[in-house]
Amino acid sequence: MALFSARRGSGLAAWLLAGSLACLLLVLLDASRMTEERARERAQGCALVARVGLTDLALLNEARYTRHLSQADRHAAFQDHPGALEHFPSGSLAGPPRPSP
Amino acid sequence: MNAWIERQRGIIDTAVANLRRRKARYLGLFLAYVLLVFLLASVVLFGDGMRREARLLLEEAPELVVQRLTAGRHDLMPAQWLQRIAGLRGVTAAEGRLWGYYHDAAVGANLTLQVPREAPPAAGGVHLGATLARLRGLSPGDVLSLRDHAGRPYAFVVEALLDSRSELVSADLVLLGEADFRAFFGIAEGLYTDAALRVANPLETRTLAEKVLARLPAARVISREEMRRTYDAVFNWRQGLSLMVLSVLLAAFALLAWDKASGLSAEERREIGILKALGWDSGDVLAMKLWEGALLSLLAFLLGYTLAWLHVYYAGAPLFEPVLKGWSVLYPRFALAPEVDISRIVSLALLTVLPYVAATLVPVWRAATLDPDAVMRE
Repeated sequence: MALFSARRGSGLAAWLLAGSLACLLLVLLDASRMTEERARERAQGCALVARVGLTDLALLNEARYTRHLSQADRHAAFQDHPGALEHFPSGSLAGPPRPSP
Repeated sequence: MNAWIERQRGIIDTAVANLRRRKARYLGLFLAYVLLVFLLASVVLFGDGMRREARLLLEEAPELVVQRLTAGRHDLMPAQWLQRIAGLRGVTAAEGRLWGYYHDAAVGANLTLQVPREAPPAAGGVHLGATLARLRGLSPGDVLSLRDHAGRPYAFVVEALLDSRSELVSADLVLLGEADFRAFFGIAEGLYTDAALRVANPLETRTLAEKVLARLPAARVISREEMRRTYDAVFNWRQGLSLMVLSVLLAAFALLAWDKASGLSAEERREIGILKALGWDSGDVLAMKLWEGALLSLLAFLLGYTLAWLHVYYAGAPLFEPVLKGWSVLYPRFALAPEVDISRIVSLALLTVLPYVAATLVPVWRAATLDPDAVMRE
């Protein structure tokens, strides 16, 4: 105990580092419990994907062409009218489609 | 060995005493450091988590989706196409999918109306995604009234709500029966939005896609792997974009660290001069300054990374919600599954600790080589 007395600066530093490391290790150790819990929750999503035949996440539903990114046609970003600038935030973050090989 | 440890402890004692004496100065630097690590780690953890979630969820997506293209645009597919591709060797099932979009003016949201492959609702009934039900304030037994293709009101009875744990794929989903779908959108019998294929051997998917294209040149074929890669690309792009913005912050922080470390006050110079006059050599002073930096950066990294982990996996990354949400009204509630990746932690530690050490090394070296006589005479 005396070796790492908080009265000495080095002891205080050791305690602070050990405490922070312990906090990080605790949340990392909790990851396996959370992973199992999330896997149970995800099973519901997977079952729905299989039941309905879904192809995309329902994450970006602000515009038609960002709702089903994997199904959108190649003119997607400009489909509202020719030369239309991309006006939805998620469209500007989704990146241009790559040509198929 | 013991003597070496005791010597290092003595140096650390002095380093900690220095940090404590200049609390205000180092506290600002420490908080900026924690914020930097927190932001960088949050972006990395969130991007990785989203990519993993998309890949796992889309494991059950159709192996191949075939669309009909007319003049380069997606068009409805006739049932004869289904018969033509169902006959291909290796295809176990070819099912016509029916889905479409509906702009719900009442809440300003885009809905996806789709006919499920299995267990469709009864005639006049719908199954609603939990996010949509929450936004419209609907529960089973309520009526959802939408306007059909001719502008007439079409009343659906909410039969059930989709499990709220599936919101990431069902936020805006309205599941309905085939007859209702055709009547609502005015789509004739024998036409489908596209086709989903099930294949016997997943390794043959690419070959089958080529066979479909050979048989139906006007088709576009999208494989499950392409769907999953789409989300890899989206989240890589977003993560890259965010990291690009944050790299400016990283550079600003390195500048701040340089400024703090190089701007030695007269008091610090005198202290170093006294230490050297008392017998400390340049190596000891360098070690003391390096210990100061190491303690500050290690503590900031541990704290910043832990906070980022809590933010992404426990709090649901509320800081990123506006970025992902954009202008969409329906934003799903979802939780990401954590994965401990040591190489990611190490690379992030190097990315944040190295610029700090690099920025402070030269000023520290200059401080360590001060001439005690000259300093004390100043």
